[in-house]
Amino acid sequence: MPTRINIKYRVPDARARAKKKYFQSLGLSGQIQDVAIADSYTIDTKLSEKQIAKAQELLTNPLLEISSLTMPAPEKFSFVAEISFLPGVTDNAGNTAKETLEDGLRIKFKPGENVYSSQAIFVEIKNGKPADWAKDAQTITDSLYNPLIQKAVVLNFNQYQKNNGLPLNLPKVKLGKTPKPVKINLNIPDTELAQLGKQGILNADGTRRGPLSLDLDSLKTIRDYFNRQGRQPTDVELESLAQTWSEHCKHTIFADPLDEVEKGLYKTYIKGATEKIREQKNKHNRDFCVSVFTDNSGAIEFDDDYLITHKVETHNSPSALDPFGGAITGIVGVNRDALGFGLGAKPVINVYGYCLADPRDKTELFRDAEKTQKMLSARRIMEGVVAGVNAGGNQSGIPTNQGTICFDPRYRGKPLVFAGTVGLIPKKIGKKLSHLKKAEPGDYIVMAGGRVGLDGIHGATFSSEALDKGSPAGAVQIGDPITQKKMSDALVKEARQKNLYNSITDDGAGGLSSSVAEMATQSGGCEVWLDKVPLKYPGLSPWQIWISESQERMTLAVPKNKWKEFSALMKRRGVEATIIGKFTNSGKCAVKFGKQKVVDINMEFLHNGRPSKTQHSETIEKKYPDPEISGSPCSAGQWLSLLSQPNIAGFGFISSQYDYEVQGGSVLKPLQGAGLINADASVTRPVLTSKKGVVLAYGLTPAYSDINTYNMAACAIDTAIRAAVAAGANVDYMALLDNFCWCSSNEPEKLYQLKQAAKACYDYATAFGTPFISGKDSMFNDFKGFDNAGCPVKISIPPTLLISAIGIVPDIAKTVSLDAKMPGDYIYLLGETHNELGGSEFLKMSGELGNNAPAVDAEKNLKLYRAFYRAAQQNLAASAISVNKGGLAAALAKALMGGNLGGEINLGKISGSAKADYTMLYSESQGRILATVNPKKAKIFEKLMEGNAFAKIGIVKNSGVITVNGTAGKNFIKLEIKDALEAYRSTFKDY
Amino acid sequence: MTNPKAIILSGYGLNCEEETAFAFQLAGAKTDIVHINDLIAGIKKLANYQILAVPGGFSYGDDTGSGKAYSNKLRNHLKEDLQNFLAKDKLAIGICNGFQILTNLNVVPGALTFNDNARYTVRWVDLKAADNSRMATRINPGKAAQAVQNSISPWLTGITKLSLPIAHGEGKFIADKQTLQKLKDQNAIAFTYDKGEICRYQSLPANPNGATQDIAGVLGYNGRVLGMMPHPERAVFFTQLPNWPMLKEKLVRANKPLPSFGPGLQIFKNAVGYFL
Repeated sequence: MPTRINIKYRVPDARARAKKKYFQSLGLSGQIQDVAIADSYTIDTKLSEKQIAKAQELLTNPLLEISSLTMPAPEKFSFVAEISFLPGVTDNAGNTAKETLEDGLRIKFKPGENVYSSQAIFVEIKNGKPADWAKDAQTITDSLYNPLIQKAVVLNFNQYQKNNGLPLNLPKVKLGKTPKPVKINLNIPDTELAQLGKQGILNADGTRRGPLSLDLDSLKTIRDYFNRQGRQPTDVELESLAQTWSEHCKHTIFADPLDEVEKGLYKTYIKGATEKIREQKNKHNRDFCVSVFTDNSGAIEFDDDYLITHKVETHNSPSALDPFGGAITGIVGVNRDALGFGLGAKPVINVYGYCLADPRDKTELFRDAEKTQKMLSARRIMEGVVAGVNAGGNQSGIPTNQGTICFDPRYRGKPLVFAGTVGLIPKKIGKKLSHLKKAEPGDYIVMAGGRVGLDGIHGATFSSEALDKGSPAGAVQIGDPITQKKMSDALVKEARQKNLYNSITDDGAGGLSSSVAEMATQSGGCEVWLDKVPLKYPGLSPWQIWISESQERMTLAVPKNKWKEFSALMKRRGVEATIIGKFTNSGKCAVKFGKQKVVDINMEFLHNGRPSKTQHSETIEKKYPDPEISGSPCSAGQWLSLLSQPNIAGFGFISSQYDYEVQGGSVLKPLQGAGLINADASVTRPVLTSKKGVVLAYGLTPAYSDINTYNMAACAIDTAIRAAVAAGANVDYMALLDNFCWCSSNEPEKLYQLKQAAKACYDYATAFGTPFISGKDSMFNDFKGFDNAGCPVKISIPPTLLISAIGIVPDIAKTVSLDAKMPGDYIYLLGETHNELGGSEFLKMSGELGNNAPAVDAEKNLKLYRAFYRAAQQNLAASAISVNKGGLAAALAKALMGGNLGGEINLGKISGSAKADYTMLYSESQGRILATVNPKKAKIFEKLMEGNAFAKIGIVKNSGVITVNGTAGKNFIKLEIKDALEAYRSTFKDY
Repeated sequence: MTNPKAIILSGYGLNCEEETAFAFQLAGAKTDIVHINDLIAGIKKLANYQILAVPGGFSYGDDTGSGKAYSNKLRNHLKEDLQNFLAKDKLAIGICNGFQILTNLNVVPGALTFNDNARYTVRWVDLKAADNSRMATRINPGKAAQAVQNSISPWLTGITKLSLPIAHGEGKFIADKQTLQKLKDQNAIAFTYDKGEICRYQSLPANPNGATQDIAGVLGYNGRVLGMMPHPERAVFFTQLPNWPMLKEKLVRANKPLPSFGPGLQIFKNAVGYFL
């Protein structure tokens, strides 16, 4: 008989108060009088009365809480909603309760027995019409749960009384008997073959398993292979090939020939740039790259003893369906790209980037024409994504020092979630170079960390498709950061130093099918015993075990003679580690389930058998009218409105809920100065005994894509580099990461845009000498669904490229924050300002796009960036900020709000071809840095800047006002700093 | 006299053990980071250390309540070892999640619950330390009398105010009236949130979480045990301060060198100094 223990707060419950406020913001007919919360644990094992009492004691802090076996319902309430997890969804609180009870009661739960957590929210509504309360209850409940992963039981007061409380919550997974692997006939007509690729393998009940995302060519190649073998493939083999050949894993669009680019975009433009740069740098013995593109992260040299790794991932598709689960999985997933680098790097910094629709966007979207599957609201998606990285990053003890948000209505259907992790690893582990690893034939294949369930089945193939009605809900996983933290600590803080394994990689997209098959290339083959894989619940098919994307797992190659020690260590650290096969040199990827062989494919075919496809693009050149700017657009009001644009406004509410101080390495923080201004670059000290620092910055400029993706990519690269330089980084010791998020990438016009952007990556990376070390792309960010009228809609994101810059500085004390510091300091604008308002925030405010997207002159900028680095090394810049979105107006306001000061500005002195006041204030010309300098140092500073375009445009004042002189006259704008701060903080003040 | 040995606990999601160990080392202690299961298994012994630190983190993901599951584990397996340790003239500190664990164990009084804003909050705070002048009346006899003379708690020697970062979701200190009165009578409120240098600099309210009577840290065992929400180990260097670029600019213009260390270090130095 299960026992239900219910816990409520005896002291005021801040969560209930916050919920009350939130519910009230949902636009209800009535008013919320009261909200009460009870947390429940349903313990599905037999306990004696004494054990139950002890269990209550273990789960209750008597100073804060009261526990009871009956539900502590308030005397009065309108309705109660109990939210619990659906069967099989990760229940972290339930798992912790189970562990606590096993340890405290000295009992052992039987297989299949669990503790299930749930939360009951009692709501009392007053005023309004009681008839509308049911609707209010629905609205509130909808805001509390996500039907893809959770269940809500809603009872009104009378129902609750009649039912004698809430029903027992027992979300047990019930699967049928373990299905046997089946043979798939591929000798079928092309139309059927195409359907198989698009919708997946036919189940016995007539449903289909979900997309294989294999095109006809690939399926025919597979058919021919198995015909040559004289047999039909098993379902496991077909699923396995689908994973390995997926766009998500093989990046087919970037890899395959496109027009004249025969070697494909990736090899030609991305890897090609890195090769050329390394060659150049090598000539002067200045190549700092150590491991690029071959491993889970890229790595550069930090100092004589350490390497720094970096990787940024996208986790878009799942985040559209379950933003919390998608984002938490994104961040803990990319942490494993650090753990899976070389012999295992320790994650030391997290970064994030969200491309979203404005949370105030009320557009309703549905996945089906019948409007039964509603997409989450823009606000829910933002809140969920923010909360997911909060949980994942904070619980893992990794500082989140850097991040950004970017808004466009076209991210409404498919939001983009970028998550990145910087790792730290000693160059040598014992006598081994840490970035090299090799699974040896005979090594055990060991799976460590979490168990395998149905989570994330078809994640890799799903993200290779547009999001529509058929998108598998099972593609959503929820991360469990603590399980991963235990594993991470045990591996990189202990097992690695003891040299207990030969190789390691993470289980991400494609699960074991990817990780094992990938590591098997090191030894030359593998033999896997799927029936040995520990499962969350019984009944999974072999194909499901093989491709499941259940989280928190790493795959290792452990030599036989190290297994005992490895296994004992993992046990002591509470980490499950299991032998699931052995690496071989058979040239085969062989998988067994019991005695049955379910996969037997040549390694060569598995990894290199995919037929490449020649892609063709179609040139598009778009011209937009240059808008007429009439009247007097330069006013304080205009400026304030710019500062409150969602792409410019402060998002301190995100920065200040992500721990950026943990690990003790924070130097330049995400919020800077007295004004707590969001910075575009951060500095971290990853090794506390060293003065060296890691500078991180980003460039994300999708607003220019509509005009020209070549310029967009050039701007993203310049913006990332410039922000790092403004913070004191050396452009000559800097690497880049590329994350392309494109849409409809099988359309020739989109491929043209992609080619242009990739070409810009090559041109500018080589011009700046900043090599790409890692990257990731996501090619189908399209939403296909239905609008409020039930009409079909397709929403495609604007072509988006996130460039991340990572640089190493010799002395953290020489880095520069963005806030102006002293009244009397001179204000310099470095670089040239031209009429480049195309795609600017300024034009966007009046609904215009324009045509002059900023262009980048790498030669000029490189010279300037080098000069600025020398200035920073001599402590000449009191503050510096990169000029980007919103132009000079935004940068100036941020610097002076940051210092809580004021300033006098003279636009007439600005270098470049810009003439009109509004152009000088709002143009988004690249290559510009705004710096403040101690007047006593001005001469040396100007001397250092010689040969570059720069101008002293003003002086810092202690006035609390920014005054501007321009062609419109003296002091034609007066902007109060306190108004500016208010506007800057207004947009997200209720979040 | 030899430098004391500090044990810093780890495991199950505690995550500040490395920087806490580093801070103790910087202050002159020898340190071991020890997984709780190695204490339980007897591989390491609490008795071999003079200082116990339960560092910050997210033990068990705060599931079932912050600090609860980890404190259960300590109580289930190490109750006696802990009692013996605390009965001796030794020091212990619980920081953030460590403080939550110590309150769940009743090693220090009170409890910690959700911040008033119901959100995980990261920022800097200013702290006022317990009033040292009252110490004249309550000097502990015994070996450590020298150190105690200047302060109510060996942890607080020479500290009147300091600024440190916080990062927590459940940091609001509460206690019943009796406990609060007792804390006051015994001068066992180690730190209160105060409107000081950083709050004025960044225009922030003093109390970040709604803590009763602005309490940020409390003492137990005659001041030998300190529990606090703010993180002193994250403020041992000058460049960790949120306003260091501003301070640097002033110092550079005055032709003065930049300091190396931050205000949090003193707490660790005090602990080490107690045994020297």
